[in-house]
Amino acid sequence: MFLLIFKIALIVILFLISLGVAAYATYGERKVAAFMQDRIGPDRAGPFGLLQPIADGVKMFMKEEIIPNVSDKLLFILGPCIFMITALMTSAVIPWGTAMEFDGVKYGLQVADINIGILYVFGVVSLGVYGIMIGGWASNNKFALLGAVRASSQMISYELAMGMSLIAIIMMSGSLSLNDIVAQQGQGKLYGFIPVSGLNWNIFYQPLGFIIFLICAFAECNRTPFDLPECETELVGGYHTEYSSMKLGLYLFAEYINMFVSGAIISCLYFGGYNFPGLEYLSTVLNPNLVSIISFGALFTKAIFFVFFFMWIRWTIPRFRYDQLMKLGWQVLLPLSILNVLLTGGGLTIFSK
Amino acid sequence: MQLTNRSKVVSNKEMSFKEKLYIPAILSGMGVTFKHMFKKSVSLRYPEVTRQFSPVYRGMHVLKRDAEGRENCTACGLCAVACPAEAITMDAAERKKGEEHLYREEKYAAKYEINMLRCIFCGLCEEACPKDAIYLTDRIVPTEYKRSNFIYGKDVLVEKMEDRIDITKRKKEYHID
Repeated sequence: MFLLIFKIALIVILFLISLGVAAYATYGERKVAAFMQDRIGPDRAGPFGLLQPIADGVKMFMKEEIIPNVSDKLLFILGPCIFMITALMTSAVIPWGTAMEFDGVKYGLQVADINIGILYVFGVVSLGVYGIMIGGWASNNKFALLGAVRASSQMISYELAMGMSLIAIIMMSGSLSLNDIVAQQGQGKLYGFIPVSGLNWNIFYQPLGFIIFLICAFAECNRTPFDLPECETELVGGYHTEYSSMKLGLYLFAEYINMFVSGAIISCLYFGGYNFPGLEYLSTVLNPNLVSIISFGALFTKAIFFVFFFMWIRWTIPRFRYDQLMKLGWQVLLPLSILNVLLTGGGLTIFSK
Repeated sequence: MQLTNRSKVVSNKEMSFKEKLYIPAILSGMGVTFKHMFKKSVSLRYPEVTRQFSPVYRGMHVLKRDAEGRENCTACGLCAVACPAEAITMDAAERKKGEEHLYREEKYAAKYEINMLRCIFCGLCEEACPKDAIYLTDRIVPTEYKRSNFIYGKDVLVEKMEDRIDITKRKKEYHID
């Protein structure tokens, strides 16, 4: 019974955190953009403009809701819903911290510790394409449709390379469960001899895989330089051209949630998740619940850094041409990720006892 | 024929392996944007902080009063004639007995209008004025919703006694008193 309450509380907290992070990511995006362009950014709503996301949210809700006459009304509403739901669902399998302890019983800081965690993430992320595709198609607008087609083809092509780069991780850990993958990165010594506990991160073994995964994560989130589905210079607004009010808000919001969640997943897969040097020591000294919160803070910091990294890239690199995008996905990243799988296999056979 | 050495020959040479990787180029680009995060912002928080104007900035006009508070303008019409955009119109009237504290000369402008949509802020009216009556100031013409609101009458243009407008900087530039 307590387990159920704990899980529900965890779900609600995660829900609120992802929504809050997404809201403040919109603010952060504008601030980062401003700083990188020697501007100030929003600073009128509240101190340093901190209330700006609330003002934006109110604006989105107050705007007129337009559903085009020629659109398929059911699908038109369904599109943003699917996109939002899938964005929020992904966070369910991420291990957010070390286990909490109540009355001597351990409760993992993870909504669902399923043994195929990564596959679940992949399944849900691919479902996200439907949100874009349905929304773009239901708008009955050629720009929206073009944007949706671009989005879906791009996401499908980059998922391949992403999956291949993941296979290397799975080969190393021997498990599909995110919980195991993260826990393994907290054990042992780096390269077998560097005596820093909690730093046995996959990034040190899989730099190539990390770069491929990172690039694919950009493409999956439809972020610059892969934001062709919504490039305003070519397609008006891409798949959300016809959307207004909160339905547009859901699309934009879900993009930021995706960014946060993919940041968390990258941290889990390559940067040790909640592990950090010194975690082992802390867990011997402090209350396990406190350690759990600190480890959550570590993962959160890493995820936020990646959100910042996404923004940093966005304001640095211009957008690809579509043929370049496809060429990069199929002719560069996919062979590279297969090479990475081979290298990992070779490395494992040589170095493992 | 080559006149300068500034022209650059664009080459379509094959990229080297390092260039084809793109990652060094991307990293250096990220370095550039990161450096900009710590640069001083060029924007100003406008209503609180205003930009320093040049002393010869030509903004909204003012019709000056003299030290005793009398309007300088004598409605001679030279500014209207000088105006290349024909933005200025005026009606002259004769000063009555008992109005000496209002108008400095015997003739004054009963109506004085500048169409701010026509005005090109060239400052020729100021140069044409023989009576030191009209000056362009460093005030910015505010935006309006209606075109008719841009026709400024004497109620806007003539300076208020309690809120006199300083034009000494401009006087120094143009008039050798």
